[in-house]
Amino acid sequence: MKILVLVKQVPDTATKIRLNPGDTAIQTDGIKWVINPYDEFAIEECLRLKEKAGGEVVVLSLGPSRVEEAIRQALAMGADRAIHVMTDAVIDSQVAARALAKVAQEEGYDLIVTGKQAVDDDQAQVGALVAVELGLPQVTVVIELNVDVESRRIRAERELEGASEIVELPMPAVITAQRGLNEPRYPTLPNIMKAKKKEVKSVPLDSLGVDTTPWVRVEELTLPPERPAAKILTGEPEEAAKELARLLHEEAKVI
Amino acid sequence: MSDMQALLDDFYGLDRELSPDEIQIRETVRRFVDQEVRPHAGQWWQEGVFPVHLIPKLGELGVFGPTLPEEYGGSGVTGVAYGLMMQELERGDSGLRSFASVQSGLAMYAIYRYGSEEQKRAYLPRMASGQVIGCFGLTEPDAGSDPGAMRTTAKKGGKGYILNGAKRWITNGNLAKIAVVWAKDDEGIIRGFVVPTDTPGFSAREIHTKASMRMSVTSELYFDNVELPEDAILPLSKGLGSPLSCLTQARFGIAFGTVGAALDCLQEAAEYTKTRIAFGRPIAATQMVQERIVDMLSRVVDMQLKALQLGRLYQAGAMRYPQVSLAKRDNARGALEVARMARELLGGNGISVDYVPMRHMANLETVDTYEGTYEVHTLIVGRDILDENAF
Repeated sequence: MKILVLVKQVPDTATKIRLNPGDTAIQTDGIKWVINPYDEFAIEECLRLKEKAGGEVVVLSLGPSRVEEAIRQALAMGADRAIHVMTDAVIDSQVAARALAKVAQEEGYDLIVTGKQAVDDDQAQVGALVAVELGLPQVTVVIELNVDVESRRIRAERELEGASEIVELPMPAVITAQRGLNEPRYPTLPNIMKAKKKEVKSVPLDSLGVDTTPWVRVEELTLPPERPAAKILTGEPEEAAKELARLLHEEAKVI
Repeated sequence: MSDMQALLDDFYGLDRELSPDEIQIRETVRRFVDQEVRPHAGQWWQEGVFPVHLIPKLGELGVFGPTLPEEYGGSGVTGVAYGLMMQELERGDSGLRSFASVQSGLAMYAIYRYGSEEQKRAYLPRMASGQVIGCFGLTEPDAGSDPGAMRTTAKKGGKGYILNGAKRWITNGNLAKIAVVWAKDDEGIIRGFVVPTDTPGFSAREIHTKASMRMSVTSELYFDNVELPEDAILPLSKGLGSPLSCLTQARFGIAFGTVGAALDCLQEAAEYTKTRIAFGRPIAATQMVQERIVDMLSRVVDMQLKALQLGRLYQAGAMRYPQVSLAKRDNARGALEVARMARELLGGNGISVDYVPMRHMANLETVDTYEGTYEVHTLIVGRDILDENAF
């Protein structure tokens, strides 16, 4: 089975985000970059499928040269090889999906797996758009995946608000992973060393022949307002409780 | 990790000196320790248990003998990568790092360096995976800083050798399937032996009275006419220099490991002073606290610089043992001082294992003493530069 996993490099969730006034993108200096956590579930699932059914797991990532760190990490987890679509340009989900779909189409895959969304811009679009670009069936927000290689059928459980849904679809297909699908493995030391020797093919975005005109332009970017300092009530419990009730009623207006 | 934590981690921009693999290896071990060790470290330490369930995972991760060639189960990583792994393990707990140090730097290294090809093939891959745990028997109840005064003997007899004597303060003693034991032969020359711990006459007794290194298994070993075959001897070992060369490996790991413990203390203390309010402001906004934090940071940067340069010398094959001694001496003491300062900054909370400094501090008292005390390393460096033996 030939599996493609789409991986995005994002700022570590604990990194402090900096913006200068008028910026339409965050300041990237000093940021610690990691693999999008939902993509880690995707990688893990692909590796497990490969371990069961054999075949190959190929990592596909898009972005500037720093993205290679994320690619190496995915290779160290156990993926076989990688393709890096290089660009320094700011692109939107549509352009990203077109580029990724183009690469996927050229190679041909039984399964394309990615995270349900990236934790940087939270658009949750690329997985679905890649499926549309390729005209493939898709199932999103998957928490359990069963692939029958013989019949080439997929049975997936997806998470809904307060419920879960089980869908069946044929291969090839696009799957997007939700937390709970699995517990991603650590890249082990022997695998980190092996990953150094694995192939990472670099492909300039411009060479793909896809329209790179974005559909979406960021007009303005602002940080969330600073949280006001917490108010600490002192005094006897009885009085503090009264004061708390008053504040909740009059100031917070929640009761 | 907050911005402040990241800044404290690498105040001098030393990550620029590391290769991408070295950083990746460090981050991998760090993540493992964050997820599998840190949430439980205080409890395990308090209860005096070593997390044996982590042994296979550590083996899989590749922390045992990582610098050894692949054919013996290693990964052929750089000395710096090995050091950084020790740093991250010790950020979790010095006991965890000690476990890995003894397995890699002492037991595996002794077999790798002084063993026969058969011994290497028989033991090293299984030790790398964690299936076989080793310990290293050098120190005796009456021979610590002066190991040449050991009384354990391996006389010719039986099917090879007959081992008699006792060892003390042996990390992993009760976890080990094999012990690398140093003993004097018929000529009084110190030789190494690989002793399976189920050999008749071998016994290990765990020391339960420690107020330090509580997450580590420390034992006494007794050899009562332990009969060993001819091929139990490490053929290339001869004289005190053999075990001492193994100690150099372990001391190298300590130079890095202690950075981890110190960073953990510094980071928790810095965080604490930002949130602890006294007299209407965070204590971090007071001059005395800032001086303390900067003193701690200064120690940590010194330690990091020394460890990194030692690692580069190791890689270049240019490392001299007195250089290792200076780094072990200063970094163990430096980490201990940082831990003590952190403990003070946390006030009453500092004495609880709910916070890290007291646990690290108690552990570091051991680290300051074992693998050559502060004083022993002072004399090693003194002898090196002054060409006078003051032992």
